[in-house]
Amino acid sequence: MDAQPFHVRSIMHRSFGLMLVALSFACVPGAFAANAVRGEEIYNSRCIACHSPDANRVGPKHRGVVGRKAGSLADFNSSKAVRTAGVVWDEETLDQWLADPQGFIPGQRMNFKVTDPTDRADLIAYLKTLQ
Amino acid sequence: MLIQSKRLDTGVITDRRALLRGVGTVGLSAAAIAVLGGCESMAASKSAREADVEILNVALGLEHEAINAYQLGAESGLLQDPVLKTAVMFQGHHKAHRDALVATIQKLGGKPAAEKSMNDYATALNAGSLKNQGDVLHLAARLERGAANAYLGVIPSFGDKGLAQVAGRLAADEAMHWTVLASALGETLPSKALSFGA
Repeated sequence: MDAQPFHVRSIMHRSFGLMLVALSFACVPGAFAANAVRGEEIYNSRCIACHSPDANRVGPKHRGVVGRKAGSLADFNSSKAVRTAGVVWDEETLDQWLADPQGFIPGQRMNFKVTDPTDRADLIAYLKTLQ
Repeated sequence: MLIQSKRLDTGVITDRRALLRGVGTVGLSAAAIAVLGGCESMAASKSAREADVEILNVALGLEHEAINAYQLGAESGLLQDPVLKTAVMFQGHHKAHRDALVATIQKLGGKPAAEKSMNDYATALNAGSLKNQGDVLHLAARLERGAANAYLGVIPSFGDKGLAQVAGRLAADEAMHWTVLASALGETLPSKALSFGA
């Protein structure tokens, strides 16, 4: 086969390099700025069945959740597993919780995973606005 | 023409005999769910069974809330026929879901989550803010979409594949409710595929 002209190889190399950069960003949680507006949309679509910012429902209310000790709401009956986990909710613990609640706190009740890292980052950005 | 005459603007069949046939189908469906669910869990370890019961009890909490939300709507005086009839029919679906979940939880040796008081649900759902039929329908649509997504979201967490299938069937009912409510509200349907569960 004929060798490809230099400019074609150059374009292919650059394209491949850009693809690698894009892929590396896609695989790193938080590589892009989290989007609280999108996080609110996700919240209203996937979390709203059980949660609200200001009311305890099937799950606890979320206003003030960032910085709060897990299971510490006086007016919500959290599971013993969550109450005794010794976890304080911050970006890192919320990310681990949303990715795999049962893996993070065995014996919890939520069991709803948010598998996409970008979705989790955006959700956490929204939760941080609920102060 | 005959079929069209039985349908109103919400797209729901409101003819009395058709509605009764629909209720019969719900009863059969609930019984089937109760029989189908939990067979693998019964044979599984105690911890795996308890984990499935926890998920079912969260689902039961959703159904308790949905039943009470429709009750609040029905008693509000804000819903007119045929919307009221449709709301009562959807509440009947949720009661069937509740009964199936209670039966399955008990079959697995668990204790079903208790229903809260109507006042608790009214407070949590901010029922005082409902001023017209559209407000009630928006609340119902929000809860139904959330419930569909919640059921889809817990499917991978079930140890028992039969229970995972039941969650899928429940999600399908909630998605059907959302579709009817969105249509009644005049909302555009999702233009993209796979709009639930993600």
